[in-house]
Amino acid sequence: MIDIIIDMVLLLFLTVMAFTILRLRDLLSMAMILGLYSLLMAGLFMVMDAPDVAFTEAAVGSGVATILMLVTLTLTRIRYEKKAAGLQWRPLIIVLLTGAALLYGIHDIPPVGDIEAPAQQHVADRYIAEARNETGVPNMVTAVLASYRGFDTLGEVVVIFTAGIGVMLLLGNGTRRYRG
Amino acid sequence: MINYISIHWISHYNYWAAIVIAMVGLYMIIGHNNLIKKVAGLNILQTAVFLMYISMGVITDGTAPIAAETFTIYSNPLPQVLMLTAIVVGVATTAMAFALIVRIKETCNTVDEDELLEREGHQNGNVEEW
Repeated sequence: MIDIIIDMVLLLFLTVMAFTILRLRDLLSMAMILGLYSLLMAGLFMVMDAPDVAFTEAAVGSGVATILMLVTLTLTRIRYEKKAAGLQWRPLIIVLLTGAALLYGIHDIPPVGDIEAPAQQHVADRYIAEARNETGVPNMVTAVLASYRGFDTLGEVVVIFTAGIGVMLLLGNGTRRYRG
Repeated sequence: MINYISIHWISHYNYWAAIVIAMVGLYMIIGHNNLIKKVAGLNILQTAVFLMYISMGVITDGTAPIAAETFTIYSNPLPQVLMLTAIVVGVATTAMAFALIVRIKETCNTVDEDELLEREGHQNGNVEEW
């Protein structure tokens, strides 16, 4: 029962923070709140039995992403969003329609925690039953990440490598003269 | 760990919260002019999707998927693995977006979308209303 209360309080905080980020015009404050939001999300993942995802979200989402945003704010010397963008009708209508479609889509999927849900039926049983014998790793997430789906992870590394090359090409290696 | 099923009326609230947060992120992406704010919206939309996937892997009275003698029910490791990959790829995308923003600021001296569009329109000789 206490888990559900923690879960609901965290979800409430996350929703409030998302709206705060939406409203804030001071971009430095927005970066801070965004980091805090990621940290709370990591806590929520921990409550939902996903410690590996929680670590990664805390380190990467809350740490690296916040640093990247602060670096961008420093380099561009932008502190405030120009003119408080009032409520815009076209985006709002699109968002409300999408939200309604998603709500309609989720109303008949199995409830959270259902052991009979289709998501629990496919390969997960095998991973849980055999991962320790087949890979020798007690942590099933690590076993799936590095062994069963090793090619997935290779693809992920390729994406990071490509992004790194892209950032280096765009920003240079520090020797380029800044015109700004 | 969480006993969701026993309380029927809230059995989907994780999904509801994920949808509300995702829609806030989507509004930030399409409704705001500042490019930095758009990237923040993209981050929020991403984390909402993570929340949705992790909720799908939760099993009532289960525990974290790390093998131990005293536990038999584990939550589903597959969504967690997919979201681990997605978090890291998401940060790579964010880094790329920020690098682009820094270059746009250097070149055009603004990070507001409508000012950029206006500039582009003047260069092409026509200003479109959108």
